[in-house]
Amino acid sequence: MNFLINLGASTLNRLEMFGRATFMLFGAIIAKPQPLKMIPLIIKQIHIVGVQSLLIIVISGLFIGMVMALQGYTILVDYGAEGSLGPMVALSLLRELGPVVTALLFAGRAGSALTAEIGLMKATEQLSSLEMMAVDPLRRVIAPRLWAGIISMPMLALIFSAVGILGGHLVGVDWLGVDSGSYWSIMQSTVDWNKDVLNGVIKTIVFAFVITWIATFKGYDSIPTSEGISKATTETVVFSSLAVLGLDFILTALMFGIE
Amino acid sequence: MENLIEINNLTFSRSGRVIYDDISLQIKKGKTTAIMGPSGIGKTTMLRLMGGQLLPDKGDIKFKGESIPSMRRSRLFEVRRQMSMLFQSGALFTDMSVFDNIAFPLREHTKLSESIIHTVVMLKLQAVGLRGAAGLMPAELSGGMARRAALARAIALDPELIMYDEPFAGQDPISMGVLVKLIKALNDALQLTSVVVTHDVSEVLTIADYIYILAEQRVIGSGTPEQIKNSDSPLVQQFLQGQADGPVPFHYPASSIAKAFLGSAS
Repeated sequence: MNFLINLGASTLNRLEMFGRATFMLFGAIIAKPQPLKMIPLIIKQIHIVGVQSLLIIVISGLFIGMVMALQGYTILVDYGAEGSLGPMVALSLLRELGPVVTALLFAGRAGSALTAEIGLMKATEQLSSLEMMAVDPLRRVIAPRLWAGIISMPMLALIFSAVGILGGHLVGVDWLGVDSGSYWSIMQSTVDWNKDVLNGVIKTIVFAFVITWIATFKGYDSIPTSEGISKATTETVVFSSLAVLGLDFILTALMFGIE
Repeated sequence: MENLIEINNLTFSRSGRVIYDDISLQIKKGKTTAIMGPSGIGKTTMLRLMGGQLLPDKGDIKFKGESIPSMRRSRLFEVRRQMSMLFQSGALFTDMSVFDNIAFPLREHTKLSESIIHTVVMLKLQAVGLRGAAGLMPAELSGGMARRAALARAIALDPELIMYDEPFAGQDPISMGVLVKLIKALNDALQLTSVVVTHDVSEVLTIADYIYILAEQRVIGSGTPEQIKNSDSPLVQQFLQGQADGPVPFHYPASSIAKAFLGSAS
């Protein structure tokens, strides 16, 4: 009986939290557009969440591309199909690894920082002071961060995939001796713009939206104590990662599952 | 004299705990009103209710005759431009310099040119003695300086009402003296209405025109500083004289000590 009571209470709490998150989202993005004020704020946030995440994205992309080429080569060479290394690396990166690994890195690097920053703004009464100055914190603080995440992450994922393809070239062509012409030409003829590149970008936009929504909401809804902010930051990374992996399966099934 | 704020039969509870039970008070226009009481009594909550950040369970809060709890959000934001609040922590934006912090409300709510904003900000900083600190970041300020910078920001738009949340808490005697002087001087010079929430008795007695003392979810005493000093309420006297024991007991409610220590033996 207690189990059912706890389950019911927990479900109600989650539903209530989802309701609060939806209210926050609507308050932040459904607003009278004020481009003159909003654009500089978005650009500043793109610098913080996007540009400052570049290093980790580039390094991770490079290593993942290199590892994939190494693993792929050892399998393909047995069948004399090492010429297909290029499309294997490119398709894996563009369809799956680019969007998913970028999203996981983005949640850890930028999502956690967003939650901690907004949580601390709440704890130090900066959000309250904005409200008392008749400035809506949802539009001033939350909205620019949401848009910056949604704009930056697809670009980061494309950079991740591009660097990964170059990493694959470094290992496959320059080190293991796969023919450079076949690496690029088979990739060109195999990779489809709509099916592979565009679907990957759509996935990234969905992941970016979910991660920044979770990160900003967790900060905005955090208990304004050091323990509360620590918990909110952890939850951002855990919830975002799980949401990304779950959504990836659903999106992959929708995009590539049914032919 | 006209009331700027009227609180009528207000009841407010949070997490099942009653904070205020049917209390009423008035803030007179152009005067400094102090709201005092022991820690944890909900003094800051009162300011948040006045600013419309919290909604009462029952009762009404009127600003210039207009009910704050029943205002639409857009109207509430318009009304908030006439009020200002000095937070206990200062609540300066940590990613902006002192100058930009004070310029913030001007840039948000006016269409003044940058040169006029510069002049206004410098005048406000001069008023609080921090013109030389305009280029510093909030992290470089001492606690007292941060509160003065926040005060400059609070008066940037020349509000009618300014609410001070524990302005003297954690301040050294010099900073405290400076803040007392500033609150009094600003109130007189700008014809502001001030609400000071504090538990620093001696400071508030020198600047307040009228005092409310809150305890036990209600107003336990009110009057001019002279009337409060001469109050015959034991609770008010315990608060003013800082007695450790009295109507507010020293011990948190517990079972008797004999029962606690000897319970198993007896």
